[in-house]
Amino acid sequence: MDGGAEMAVMTYRDALNEALAEEMERDDSVFLMGEEVAEYDGAYKVSRGLLDRFGDARVVDTPISELGFAGLGVGAAMAGLRPVIEFMTFNFAFLALDQVINNAAKTHYMTNGQLHVPIVFRGPNGSALQLAAQHSQACETYYVHAPGVKLVNPATPADAKGLLKAAIRDDDPVVVMESELLYNARGDVPEGEHVVPLGVADVKAEGTDVTIISHGQMVHVALQAARTLEKEDISAEVLDLRSLRPLDMEAILGSVHKTNRAVYVEECWPFTGIGAQIVALIQDEGFDDLDAPVQRITQADVPMPYARNLEKQSKPDAARVVDACRKVLYRN
Amino acid sequence: MEGGWHMPDSAVRDASTSAAPAAIEGFPAEQVLGFLREMLVYRRFEQKAEEAYAIGKIGGFCHLHTGQEGVALGFVGPLRPDDYALSAYREHTLALAKGISARAAMAELYGRVGGCSGGKGGSMHLFSAKHNFMGGWGIVGGQIPLATGLGWAARYRGEDRVCVCFLGDAAVNQGSFHESLNMAAIWKLPVIYVVENNGYGMGTAFNRVTTTPMVEKSRAHGIPAHYVDGQDVLAVWRLMEDLLDRVRKGAGPQFVDAETYRFKGHSMSDPVSGTYRSKEEVESRVREDDPIAHVRDLLIQSGHLTRESLERMDEEVRELVEDAADFADRSPLPPEDSLHEFVYSDMDVHGRLFFDGRGG
Repeated sequence: MDGGAEMAVMTYRDALNEALAEEMERDDSVFLMGEEVAEYDGAYKVSRGLLDRFGDARVVDTPISELGFAGLGVGAAMAGLRPVIEFMTFNFAFLALDQVINNAAKTHYMTNGQLHVPIVFRGPNGSALQLAAQHSQACETYYVHAPGVKLVNPATPADAKGLLKAAIRDDDPVVVMESELLYNARGDVPEGEHVVPLGVADVKAEGTDVTIISHGQMVHVALQAARTLEKEDISAEVLDLRSLRPLDMEAILGSVHKTNRAVYVEECWPFTGIGAQIVALIQDEGFDDLDAPVQRITQADVPMPYARNLEKQSKPDAARVVDACRKVLYRN
Repeated sequence: MEGGWHMPDSAVRDASTSAAPAAIEGFPAEQVLGFLREMLVYRRFEQKAEEAYAIGKIGGFCHLHTGQEGVALGFVGPLRPDDYALSAYREHTLALAKGISARAAMAELYGRVGGCSGGKGGSMHLFSAKHNFMGGWGIVGGQIPLATGLGWAARYRGEDRVCVCFLGDAAVNQGSFHESLNMAAIWKLPVIYVVENNGYGMGTAFNRVTTTPMVEKSRAHGIPAHYVDGQDVLAVWRLMEDLLDRVRKGAGPQFVDAETYRFKGHSMSDPVSGTYRSKEEVESRVREDDPIAHVRDLLIQSGHLTRESLERMDEEVRELVEDAADFADRSPLPPEDSLHEFVYSDMDVHGRLFFDGRGG
């Protein structure tokens, strides 16, 4: 959709920064608020340089008050502004969950359409390295459970830029989860106007034998698994959902129709995880296409351990994905 | 127990003979008559809601504002139409004060399509964007950050609008209160935080859940605090006019402890008195501390009100409230095909938004 666009190689972090800068340039009602976003340039440097460029009225350091500034953002959005609220990480956003679920997500409905809440809640999400139980977890399920919320989780720098721009322009609350381990990942990013619509999945690798469905940093685990499987002459398709709500069901069912087998990879815990929902949907709507039960690879059902070996053991990895693919192909 | 606003015979005889002064405590008598009528609307509206609830026309939770009418009128009346007001879930009369019609408010309580939230909000979620009445919020303290954000938006755009945020006494123990006041102070936001201090958070007396007086609650955040007798609408109105003037000129956030009293139970499912407050306490406050009786007595004593004029006024008010209830009764239930409407701003998007097999 961006055929012919000039490409620049940049990091996921800089792609997000570019999206923020372009949207703030385009629309005066967009402002960025959060802990350490201004003078410190962002805890993960996503907002580097924005204070100098846009001033302290639009790039705003907050006290450590997640519930407070999330709710302030919701109120500002009700008044027609387009706040981008940065959570230093989604681990800290539990404190603000009341404002996101009870206030941001339900207001358009409760007011019978009188008020919109065009707000973005963004920040790093998912497992990190040896950050232990309270700083290393995937939080998607808490948000996508609630009608009224939209959620995206880009896997590449290009998608990071395009999805964040779409999220800022959206008239509803959008949770933009940035995968913490991807901030330094580099890739081609179209320069200038590059908007990836919410609700459109992307085939990151084409294949014919099995579909590996994923989102965020787990897409790279899926791609790694696909490369291993290729050596065994198994052709795996890697479908990156990019957006969990709205969800591109057509892409999921289309790929399963082609491969007849599916594996879901995610960093959430298994019980009521994203994969549980995806499996239910495939069973409801694509049952006749399936040649094997859908497999799920998830985070181990434990709080994230600190010790290096236990942490590694707890996380989804390519080897487990490869095993799951072999299983749905009856090759193990 | 309906509140002591009825006309005592003795008062009428004394009043009608003397020459009436033009002003009452500095307010034109006509304005004070208007206050009486407006507060009667609130009182009669809540009485009607109570009746309708008893016969099942209103469901769910229903929190009446009876006894707190002076707070509603005194703080909302002086606002400009473009000023914002919002509260928690005891907000029927605040919505009326901000300009929502009795018809639209009552129809919302009835869950009808003619309600100010289309029947999707109910008693606890009255909204009118047109009137800048921004809810109607169900979680104690949850509205305080929103009010702070509305004030933020006004400052961001360089407007001189003010936001008044109502909260109950119990809400000052929530983190949302302290987080909001701190931010409002840092950024000098045009927000007036009004505690409707009726002494009880549901059934828990305020003095059981704090060790410091209400007027000290904003001190740690450097926000000026004001006390007012919420049963004296003239005092409330005067204070609010002064605060609005100051805040519009950039004075930053203000905090008000408005002492008031809830004449009814916490909600319709709660008895008026019981384990947490005595019948005697309630009866004495209703008898001696009714904001409507206060204004009525001022008008009688100054010769601006007679039994006949009060009865005429009350008759008009009753008709207005009856009309609202009739409107609510006649208003249809929301159409069933509107179940998924307004969950999202735009339903015509890529991908699937709903997972119940029914939504668009």
